[in-house]
Amino acid sequence: MRPFGYLVPPDPAAAIAAVTGRPGATFLAGGTNLVDLMKLGVATPDLLVDVTGLLPHRIEPVPGGGLRIGAGVRNSDLAADQRVPGSGCPARAGDHRNLAILGGSPHCVATHPSDMAVALAALDAVVHVEGPAGSRALPLGELYRLPGDRPDRETTLERGDLITAVELPAPGFAARSAYRKVRDRASYAFGVALVAAALDVDSGVVRDARIALGAVAPRPWRARTAERMLAGRPATAEWFGRAADAELADAAPLPDNAFKITLVRNIVVRMLCELARGELAGAAS
Amino acid sequence: MTARVDGPDKVTGRARYAVEHPADGAAYVWAVPSVIARGTIRSVDASRALALPGVLAVITPDNAPRLPGTGDPELALFQTRAVAYRGQFAAAVVAGTLEAAREAAGRVVIEYEQAAHDVTLTASHPGLYKPDFVNPRYETDTAVGDFDGAFAAAAVRVDATYRTPAEHNHPMEPHATVAVWHAGTLTVYDATQGPSRAAGQIAAVFGLEPGQVRVIAEHVGGGFGAKGMPRANVILAAMAARVTGRPVKFAVTRPQMFAVTGHRAPSIQRVRLGAGPDGRLTAVCHDVIDQTSTLKEFTEQSAVATRHMYAAPHRRTTHRVVRLDVPTPSWMRAPGECPGMFALESAMDELAAACGIDPVELRLRNEPAVHPETGQPFSSRHLAACLREGAARFGWAGRDPAPGVRREGRWLAGTGVAASTYPARAMPSQARVTVSPSGRYQVSIAAADIGTGARTALLAVAAEALGVPAAAIDLRIGDSALPPAMIAGGSMGTASWTWAVIKACGALRDQVRARDGAVPPGGLTAYADTAADIGALPAHARYAFGAQFAEVQVDADTGEVRVPRLLGVFAAGRIVSPAQARSQLIGGMTMGQSMALHEESAMDPQFGDYPNHDLAGYHIAAHADVQDIDAVWIDEKEPELGPAGAKGIGEVGIVGTAAAIAGAVCHATRIRVRDLPIRLDKLLRQSHDPDDSAVHPAAGRDRQIRL
Repeated sequence: MRPFGYLVPPDPAAAIAAVTGRPGATFLAGGTNLVDLMKLGVATPDLLVDVTGLLPHRIEPVPGGGLRIGAGVRNSDLAADQRVPGSGCPARAGDHRNLAILGGSPHCVATHPSDMAVALAALDAVVHVEGPAGSRALPLGELYRLPGDRPDRETTLERGDLITAVELPAPGFAARSAYRKVRDRASYAFGVALVAAALDVDSGVVRDARIALGAVAPRPWRARTAERMLAGRPATAEWFGRAADAELADAAPLPDNAFKITLVRNIVVRMLCELARGELAGAAS
Repeated sequence: MTARVDGPDKVTGRARYAVEHPADGAAYVWAVPSVIARGTIRSVDASRALALPGVLAVITPDNAPRLPGTGDPELALFQTRAVAYRGQFAAAVVAGTLEAAREAAGRVVIEYEQAAHDVTLTASHPGLYKPDFVNPRYETDTAVGDFDGAFAAAAVRVDATYRTPAEHNHPMEPHATVAVWHAGTLTVYDATQGPSRAAGQIAAVFGLEPGQVRVIAEHVGGGFGAKGMPRANVILAAMAARVTGRPVKFAVTRPQMFAVTGHRAPSIQRVRLGAGPDGRLTAVCHDVIDQTSTLKEFTEQSAVATRHMYAAPHRRTTHRVVRLDVPTPSWMRAPGECPGMFALESAMDELAAACGIDPVELRLRNEPAVHPETGQPFSSRHLAACLREGAARFGWAGRDPAPGVRREGRWLAGTGVAASTYPARAMPSQARVTVSPSGRYQVSIAAADIGTGARTALLAVAAEALGVPAAAIDLRIGDSALPPAMIAGGSMGTASWTWAVIKACGALRDQVRARDGAVPPGGLTAYADTAADIGALPAHARYAFGAQFAEVQVDADTGEVRVPRLLGVFAAGRIVSPAQARSQLIGGMTMGQSMALHEESAMDPQFGDYPNHDLAGYHIAAHADVQDIDAVWIDEKEPELGPAGAKGIGEVGIVGTAAAIAGAVCHATRIRVRDLPIRLDKLLRQSHDPDDSAVHPAAGRDRQIRL
C-alpha cells in the first residue's frame, strides 16, 4: 500500500496553498489522467487536493461576444452547449508511428495527444490561472511548452498554479470551422493526426485562416506559417497545399512516422477546400 | 432461439469467475516479472519487501519449493535462475492483502547477469530449423508431384510473401486462480478451458496423483486458446498456498498476460501459386517461417490448411522455426489456419486478378473431389455451397473487378471474398447421466463454458436425447471431479461432449426402458466413454468450411479503413444451439476484422518487450468499428463425427476474414497490403511506392492513387 492524503479545501486559495507548500501534493479534478497514472505507479502523489467543488461550473458570455468556460465544466456539458463552435465533435471524446514530427527535441519526440487543446489552440483560447503569485491570463499557445532539454515539463504552469477557466474569444469566422480526428479505429483511440481549421473567405480570396495540428508535436501546433501564407491568397487547393507544405517544411520525421507529413497535408487541404466551399461550416468528423 | 441458460447469473453478477470464489483467510500473490530478455538471476534481495506489514513470503529461485514435474518449463516456476524472456516470472510476493503484495513486489530487488538477446524474426535467420512436427502433431513438410517444375511452367504465377504480427488472445477475464490445499490435496478455482486436462498437468507438476488435484471452472470469461493448458498463474497460486499455508488468490495483470499466458507468434509466409490461363491451379507451395521461445517449441501449423483447400497436382508445404528470446507462443483462436489462410486466400485473390477471373469463380474451379494430398474422401465438404450462398446474399454478382474505381465522397469502396476452413475433430470424453424416481435428471461432464454457450448447448442436447424438458435436467460441468472430457478448444468441445452426453443419455433410456419405465428408489445411472468410438473413426478428411465477404471503405486522403459490411456463410455440420452459434461465428469474424486492421503486439528489439502491453495500446475493434455483420450457415450434418452431427464453430469464423478484408482494401485502393495489420500508415506509405505487384508476369498496373 502506498498511502496518500486526501484534502477537500474550502476555497481555491486554500487549495493553491496546500499544493504550493508540499512537493508531493497535486490537484485532483476530473482525475481521468491522474488516477490512471496512479494505478500504474507513474504518478505517486502523497496528497490529493480535490478541487472539483471549487472550480467554476458555468459557461458564461463575456463582453465582446466570447465565452468563459469554467474549469469545472464537464466535457459532456460543454459538448452539449450549442454556443460552442464545433459542439459534439470528437475533439471532446477523449510505437513510433505515433511520435512527433514537429517541435521535438533530442530529449523528447512524444506527441501531445489532446483533442480539446488542438481545438482551443485554433480558437485562440485564453487560459485563466490562479496561483501563489495571484491571477493571470495567458494564451493557450503559452500554456504548453516544447520539451527542449526539460521534457518532464509539458506546461509553463508552476507549482500551485490552478487553471480556473478557459476563455474563447468572440466566434467571428471561427463559427465556420471544422475539426478532423484521424484514428486507427472508429472510437476510443488517440488521434494519429488531428486538425482544427477555420477559414474566412471573401470572393474566392482567403481573408484569414486558422489551422491547429495535433498528434504531430509535443504540444498543440498552431500552423502559423501556413496561416500567414494563406492570407490574401486564392482559396484554392493549390494554395492550401503550398501552405501545408510550408508548415511541414521543418518537419523532422523518423522512419516510422514520415507518413504523418502526407497525412497532415491531405487533411489540411481537404478541410480547407471543404470550408472554402462552405461544406464543412460548424461540422466535425 | 434458446436463451443462454446462465445469462441471468452473468448479467446480475451471481456467476462466479475463478478469483471471485470466496476463500477464508485468503492471501494474495503479486508476481515480479524479469526485466531482462535473457540471462540469469544473480541475486534476489527480499528484505525491503518482507519488512512491509502484511507480507507473508517472497518466493524466489533461492527458496521456492522444488517441483517434481518440470516437463513443461513454462510451469517450472523458480526452478532455475535462467531467464528466457522479458516478463517471465522471476519472483513473487504473498501478502495478506492485494495492495500489500503489489507494493512489496515493487520492493523486491533482483540483480541479473544480462546476456545479449535476439527477439527479431527474419526470413533468413541462421537459427531457423525444421521441427519434428508442427502444432499439434502435424507433419512439418509435405510434397506431392513436382512443384518446382510445374510452377516454372505455369502460364500465370503468383509469388508473394505475407507477414502476420504477434497477436495476443486477451480474453476479458485474465488468467486467475484461487488455490486451496487441504490434507495433501489441492483444489483450484481456475480460469481454464479444460478442467480435466488441467488437473492432470497440475498434479504432474507437484508430483501428485491425478485424484489429488481438483480443478473447478464454473464460469470462464473467454480463453481463445490461452486457457487451454495450465499457465504459470495456477502453479504460482498453488505454490504460494503451500508456502504460506493459506488459500491464495492470484490474477495475472493485463500487461503480464503479454508474457506468460501465450500468444500467436509472428509469421513470414511465402505462397506460390501456378495456374493455367483459366485459373486452374497446377502448382501450390506454402513456406512458413515462425518463431518460438527458447523454453518450449511451439510451431504454428500455418501451411496445414493449404494441404486440403484446393486441387493441384503439384504441391509442397514447409514450416521452419527459430528459437528466440521471446515469450512462448501458444494456441490462439485457429492456430495455423488463421494466419495461414490470410496468406493463401490473399494469394488466391491475387491470382484471380492476374487471371482476370472472379475470385468466387476461381475458388469454385479449384474445388478438389478428394483431399488433394492424401486422396482421402471428405466426410462432408460444402465450400462451394457457402461461396454460392454468400455471393447471392451479399450481392456479389456483377461486381466490377477493376480496383480503385469506386468512390463516394471521400471514401473509396471495395469488396472482397475469402474461404474459411477448420478441422472437424472430436476427442474422447466421458459423461454420466442419472435419473431419480421423481424424474429429475443429472447430466455430468467436465466440460467448460468459456462464454461460448456450451452450458446452453449441452442442456438442449441432453433434453433432446432424454426426451424430457430441459427444466427436468441439472447439468453439471466445469469440475475435474466430473467425468473427464476434452477441453473447450480446437473447436472440439461440442462434438466431443455431445457425443458422450448423447451416448450416456441413450444408455440411460435403455435402462429405463428395460425396467418398463420404473426407476428404482436409488435411481439409475448410465456412463459413457467415447474413446472406442473415436478410435474407430474412418480415415477421412473432416473439415468445416465457410466463405466470408467483406465490404470496405478507405478514406482517400487519410487511408482510414472502415468495414461497413461483413457476411460469413458456414458449413459446420449441424448447428446445435443457433443463438449461441451465431454469437460464436460473429465473434470469430469480429476477431478476424481486428486481426485485419488493428491487432499487433509490437516487439521492442532493444528491451525485448511489447511496449503496447495493455488494451489502450493493443487495439482490437471497438463497437463502432463493427457495423453490419452477419453469419449464417447452410444445412449440413456431419455424418461421422458423433450423433449430434456437429463440426465445431469456435474457430472457423476467424479464418479468412482478414484475407477478405485485405482483398476488399485492394479492390478499393489498388494497394495490396501483405503485412497485417492494414493500417492507414501502410496505405499512405505504399501509395507512393512504385508498383510492387507479386503477379508474374508483372501486370504493370498503376498503383498510384490519390492518397
